[in-house]
Amino acid sequence: MNSILFILLRRLRAPMILLIIVYAVSILGFVQIPGMDHEGNPWQMGFFHAFYFVSFMSTTIGFGEIPYPFTDAQRFWALICLYATVVSWIYSVGAVLSVFRDDAFIRIMKRNRFQKQVKRIAEPFYLICGYGETGLLVLNKLAERNIHAVIVDVQQNRIDALEVDNLGYKVPSLCGDASRPDVLQDAGLKHNYCIGVLAITNNDHANLAISIASKLIMPNRPVISRTESRDYAANLDSFGTDHIVDPFEAFSNYLTMAICSPYHHALYDWLTNPEHRALSEPAQSPKGRWIICGFGRFGKALRQQFIKNHIEATIIEPDPKATQAPDDIVIGIGTEAVTLCEAHVEGAVGIVAGTADDANNLSIIMTAKELNPTLYTVARQNEQANEDIFDAAEIDIIMKPSVMMSNHIMSLIKAPLLINFLKKIQQEETTWVKQILTQLEDVIGNQSLDSWSVTVSPWETEGIAEIMGQQKDYLLKHLVTDPDDRTIHLPVVPLLLHHDDQYILAPPLNHKLKMGDSILFSGHYQASRKMRWATNDITTIHYILNGINGLESPLWRWLTGIFSRTSKNDI
Amino acid sequence: MNTEKVVFAFFIVLALTVNFGFFLGDIDNIDHHAVYELFAAIIISFIATAMKFGDRTYIGAVLLATSLVADLQLVVAAVDWGLALHVREEGLTPATVARIVSLSGGALLANVTSVILLMIEAALVRR
Repeated sequence: MNSILFILLRRLRAPMILLIIVYAVSILGFVQIPGMDHEGNPWQMGFFHAFYFVSFMSTTIGFGEIPYPFTDAQRFWALICLYATVVSWIYSVGAVLSVFRDDAFIRIMKRNRFQKQVKRIAEPFYLICGYGETGLLVLNKLAERNIHAVIVDVQQNRIDALEVDNLGYKVPSLCGDASRPDVLQDAGLKHNYCIGVLAITNNDHANLAISIASKLIMPNRPVISRTESRDYAANLDSFGTDHIVDPFEAFSNYLTMAICSPYHHALYDWLTNPEHRALSEPAQSPKGRWIICGFGRFGKALRQQFIKNHIEATIIEPDPKATQAPDDIVIGIGTEAVTLCEAHVEGAVGIVAGTADDANNLSIIMTAKELNPTLYTVARQNEQANEDIFDAAEIDIIMKPSVMMSNHIMSLIKAPLLINFLKKIQQEETTWVKQILTQLEDVIGNQSLDSWSVTVSPWETEGIAEIMGQQKDYLLKHLVTDPDDRTIHLPVVPLLLHHDDQYILAPPLNHKLKMGDSILFSGHYQASRKMRWATNDITTIHYILNGINGLESPLWRWLTGIFSRTSKNDI
Repeated sequence: MNTEKVVFAFFIVLALTVNFGFFLGDIDNIDHHAVYELFAAIIISFIATAMKFGDRTYIGAVLLATSLVADLQLVVAAVDWGLALHVREEGLTPATVARIVSLSGGALLANVTSVILLMIEAALVRR
């Protein structure tokens, strides 16, 4: 606010001085020039009348010649003053208006408004840097869960788009470079209600700068950063970025899992993708030789995963030098039949169209399918706008980096343990994964699956902490008991238990809970609400433990105490 | 030499000197106090105020405040003068003149503060 006032005042300096001087000279002139009253006596205008006359003359209201008709000398002077004052007024008004239309001024106004909006937030919010497709998806999902957010993006058109996207609540947004610490601070990095920073711009370097700045200024603030290269990922990791998300790495992992271990893949899919319906028998992806079109960041990540899992792959890349491709590749884009034939498409089992161009990717898939109709197809969809054509192309797996990113980020926000769980299951046997899948299917049926984690602590699970304070045992079994009827279980599956550095997959129900235990659950959303309620309410906990159903507030306990004592006395 | 500083200091010192010129003389004797001097004092004081606009430093803010005080005192003196002549139509009685001159005396003090601040600022600059 102050800076706006100062800018306005500074710009007003010259017009003000000009007006003062013009008025002064005009008034002085009228005081000096001899006049005449009705009777022709010489009369000198005083400062009072001069100021009065100049005041209305300069605004061209023109009440006439007051108090006596002017002499010609006075009229001559009035004429000069009239033009001088009117011109200086026009100049002054123009100067004021130009301040309001000044880009710098508008920018400062917007910044100030943004600062104020952020300061006023009184609910937990995420600071999202970068409002691209990922940002949009994440914001929509946060809005569904009624979690607030603050948006910073470098491009004004994205901020404008945000104003059009109807989210149901006001999202403070700023067009600015989030890698600058002052912008981050204005966006609420130090705000008490800021619960995390998402660095998801499409520029790796900017993400790095955001992560460093927020880690240095607020070391305890969780930072989720997007990156598309290994170097940056290592760099981000080195100073303690909480979560690093690489969409290409994640997808190549996902695809390899689909090929090598379909059950793992089904579980992964089910847990990360809320709309996904699990299949009791996951689709079997073919084993054999694959073709990868495009050896960019995605192609490289995919090839590494393929080599690790002993999957043979032929690479098609138009520019092997720039991408540092290995020698045994086929040169070309892959959209022409010649190139695909050279890569022996007829003998391949699957094709990955992973270039950065959506039209090329579609063309690759169409051409390849014509040459080999049994081909398993995977295409990378870069733009959300192309969704309809990709859907129409009957592609087996569509890779959408932004959707991938936003699902990943939402899992991290909902239940940070989920990512650990997904990493852990990769080392598990298929039979174990099948078992978990069946359990989940029994519990959830056809409804959408939600995941959440509960941490045993005095502030998150007040009731359990109280019970533990009384040296009583509280088992995991009790946590999954329905608080409305203790004989049945809530429709949830405990997936992972975390304590200090220890992880227990599918923890047993007779596990004794300790302070600091974090447990990852999967199940129905409604069950998560029941569970959270039961962890805080001491009456419910007593009911779950002992089956005693009654009001157990301190006041009631005191009253029943008095009552039982008096009744004893009566006897 | 900084032209802007010269103009700035010129108007601040001029505001003080003109104000002092008007103030000088018997307090209730209108012959010792010219109306032109009051007019000049007001105009110069206004210009000095406008020149102090938009300075974000601490000393700049105090300078602006002293100028506003001087403006207020002088304008009240001028309004009183006008009222005495044209509204109350009692003419410039010694009581009115004394009131006007003492008001300008207040403005004089504000202008003195202004000049002292200006000197302090000048002394702080080591160039």
